[in-house]
Amino acid sequence: MFLIAFALPAFAGPFEDAVAKFANDDFSDTEEAIGVIAGSGSKLAFPIINALQDGRLMADPDSKKVYVTDADGKSIDAATGEAVASVPDSASAVRLNNRLRRSVDAALGSLTLQSPDLGTRLQAAQSVFKSHEETALEAVDAALAKEANKSVKAALTEARAAILLFKSDATEVEKLEAVATLKARGDQDALALLTGMGDQPASVTKAAASAIGSIQNSLAVWSMVQNAWYGLSLGSVLLLAAIGLAITFGVMGVINMAHGEMVMIGAYTTFVVQEVIRTRYPGLFDYSLLIAVPLAFLVAGAIGVLIERSIIRFLYGRPLETLLATWGLSLVLQQAVRTMFGPTNREVGNPSWMSGAFELGQITITYNRLWILLFTLAVFAILLAMLRYTALGLEMRAVTQNRRMAASMGIATSRVDALTFGLGSGIAGIAGVALSQIDNVSPNLGQSYIIDSFMVVVFGGVGNLWGTLVGAFTLGIANKFLEPVAGAVLGKIAILVLIILFIQKRPRGLFALKGRAVEA
Amino acid sequence: MTPHMLTRSLDRSATIFLAVVAACGILIPLSNLLLPAGSFLQVPTYLVALWGKYVCYAILALSIDLIWGYCGILSLGHGAFFALGGYAMGMYLMRQIGTRGVYGNPILPDFMVFLNWEKLPWYWYGFDMFWFAALMVLVVPGLLAFCFGWLAFRSRVTGVYLSIITQAMTYALLLAFFRNDFGFGGNNGLTDFKDILGFNVQAEGTRAALFALSCLALIIGFLICRAIVSSKLGKVLIAVRDAESRTRFLGYRVESYKLFVFTVSACMAGVAGALYVPQVGIINPSEFAPGNSIEAVIWVAVGGRGTLVGAALGAVVVNYAKTFFTSGVLAPYWLFMLGALFILVTLLLPKGIVGTFNAWWDQSKEKRTPATSVSAAAEDGVTEPKMAE
Repeated sequence: MFLIAFALPAFAGPFEDAVAKFANDDFSDTEEAIGVIAGSGSKLAFPIINALQDGRLMADPDSKKVYVTDADGKSIDAATGEAVASVPDSASAVRLNNRLRRSVDAALGSLTLQSPDLGTRLQAAQSVFKSHEETALEAVDAALAKEANKSVKAALTEARAAILLFKSDATEVEKLEAVATLKARGDQDALALLTGMGDQPASVTKAAASAIGSIQNSLAVWSMVQNAWYGLSLGSVLLLAAIGLAITFGVMGVINMAHGEMVMIGAYTTFVVQEVIRTRYPGLFDYSLLIAVPLAFLVAGAIGVLIERSIIRFLYGRPLETLLATWGLSLVLQQAVRTMFGPTNREVGNPSWMSGAFELGQITITYNRLWILLFTLAVFAILLAMLRYTALGLEMRAVTQNRRMAASMGIATSRVDALTFGLGSGIAGIAGVALSQIDNVSPNLGQSYIIDSFMVVVFGGVGNLWGTLVGAFTLGIANKFLEPVAGAVLGKIAILVLIILFIQKRPRGLFALKGRAVEA
Repeated sequence: MTPHMLTRSLDRSATIFLAVVAACGILIPLSNLLLPAGSFLQVPTYLVALWGKYVCYAILALSIDLIWGYCGILSLGHGAFFALGGYAMGMYLMRQIGTRGVYGNPILPDFMVFLNWEKLPWYWYGFDMFWFAALMVLVVPGLLAFCFGWLAFRSRVTGVYLSIITQAMTYALLLAFFRNDFGFGGNNGLTDFKDILGFNVQAEGTRAALFALSCLALIIGFLICRAIVSSKLGKVLIAVRDAESRTRFLGYRVESYKLFVFTVSACMAGVAGALYVPQVGIINPSEFAPGNSIEAVIWVAVGGRGTLVGAALGAVVVNYAKTFFTSGVLAPYWLFMLGALFILVTLLLPKGIVGTFNAWWDQSKEKRTPATSVSAAAEDGVTEPKMAE
């Protein structure tokens, strides 16, 4: 044996030996080579395996030489790392099959485990966790010994546990520890590993069963949390769309079917602001929404005042006619926007502080949804404070409660009407700014919200902002909890049917205004 | 409907209207079939189908006017009843295709074969028989309206609340019918009809007959509405429209009156839909779109709310304008015009064309013969619609 080894002087060490095996064009030799190279600690290991994965590793069966080529056509000798002028024509790419591809992935995983970059290390640890190849165990142990970062260490520990769980000759103690680690991880991947681990000693199976149970429980809780978050998010969108309606419909009793178009106008205002910023002041892009919010309020509010003065004031006390006239108005506004901006969706970008997401436990929370929720609550609070503490708010409430008495007290009711309608429309406009971040900005944007908005206001109780808040979040959460059970469309239908039934029971909504009026 | 009621219920404009509809129903099909093609007086087949569509819309408008103009119920979901009637007829027509479909399945419509369905869903049973389908045209919308109205009117959901939940109803149905697994053809709806009662739906004779039938249905619907609104029941309905609580305090069971008229109206809308489908050749979920129902309401408003003739006239006028404008260079402006129509009619012409004309006529008659006009107005079963609330 020794004689043979020494008789081949070209192949000095085990690394060079392994590299030469690629030239045999034999799958089991290749696999062996991958294992040895990955564990060798050589600088060349990563480029070689990486090239193997990409089909850039060339082997010459005649000379038993192996070359790493890169995309530019430069090549190096895989065994020595020296640059070579050209790869001989007899060389061909080392072939892989599916089993080998898994080993390659695992080897790459372990090779990057000690990369100086934190993100790469974390990713590598996670990829080892997924592949849980036994060959990576040594690399993981080595990396674990050196690792200082807490989260990478945790990921490595989990990767190690995953490997041990599937390693046939691991001790029972090691396996029990592994099960405990996976249980602590507690996500879908851990569950998949535990359920698919095959034959194990009885104690391990038992521990795994209890771990599976606890993970499933915690996952169920997390999925509830996730549904609740989605529901809150949907509720905030509904609230944002309905809050302006709560003013015009709830406080003034005006059915504004063109409310959705005010939302759309707000969204298009955002689009125009961003266009101007893109072409003139690209540096301001992150502030585009801050600029768009007051502008959208002013634009939509001004249009609202105009509508009130020109159409709605002639229709007070005739709600059904108001409904028809504002529906016509919505058609006109939609068509006007379609003519000006075209019928297709317009691109509205997310500023950097609204893109991305973060993890909270087992759920992912996107920043734009979070910001919209906060923004909605802020708008709601400001509106509430405005109605409660400002002179205009006082006048609005006075006119709502008793128009003639308010007029007798010297309040200019028609001015208040116009301003209230303008306020409601303006809020719809800023809703449009927020909705432009999560929805398509098209002329039909408003239509998709109008029925939902009315449902929220009617469900929550007309004339009561708190009712609108509760209504929006209830409907949002109910919708998201029904969705996984019934599917998106059926869930929506179920909600509509439930609201129709609910209105039968409480015709004035959740929080009805108390009063003695016979015909409200 | 006694002869006495009939004669009493027919005033001048109603007589003219019935005469015109009857004349159209007889003359247009005859001219289409008997006169040589290309002759000046010959009505081309495509126009027969188009006007047949208008007549169906007129029946729908009539049904909306019955509840809105005379009982103050503004339904923004009447398109749903129309579409349900249409689907009932469409299902019959689908079953008549038989083996002539693309997949040649004798029982299952093409879309079910396409979805790998093994057998016909139970709610498709019976639709191979015309009498059953015709019954369902009335029963399905009527039953839905009855249940919906029973729930809504009993708990005194009125005014805009009712309008909004009727809109939600048609929206929910729209979503449901868009689903493939609902069993009504999903997005594409029901189409590719071959024949009706053994006659080819595409044939000129069938189209002419359908047109005549639609006119007949319009006449019958008009007479029924006329009979209802000019009876004592009609007076109560008008009272409900103008002062619901007062009527209730007088001892009338307001919800029963409303429920009755709502159900009748839904059945009429169903018939309109059933006649519409074979003439148009397709029924799909977009008929449930809330926008369609609101558009139907504006026909009534344009023609004159609370005047049955006006409702039918409004439907024809608005739809004629729609066809005229959407087919030419003015197409991008049609929505502007429709929107402006909504606004201007409600602002400037609250009584609609016929209502305004009637008011003007009465006024000028008053000038001519001041003494008789008061009694004439009192005799007239219909008062000007006073806006409730």
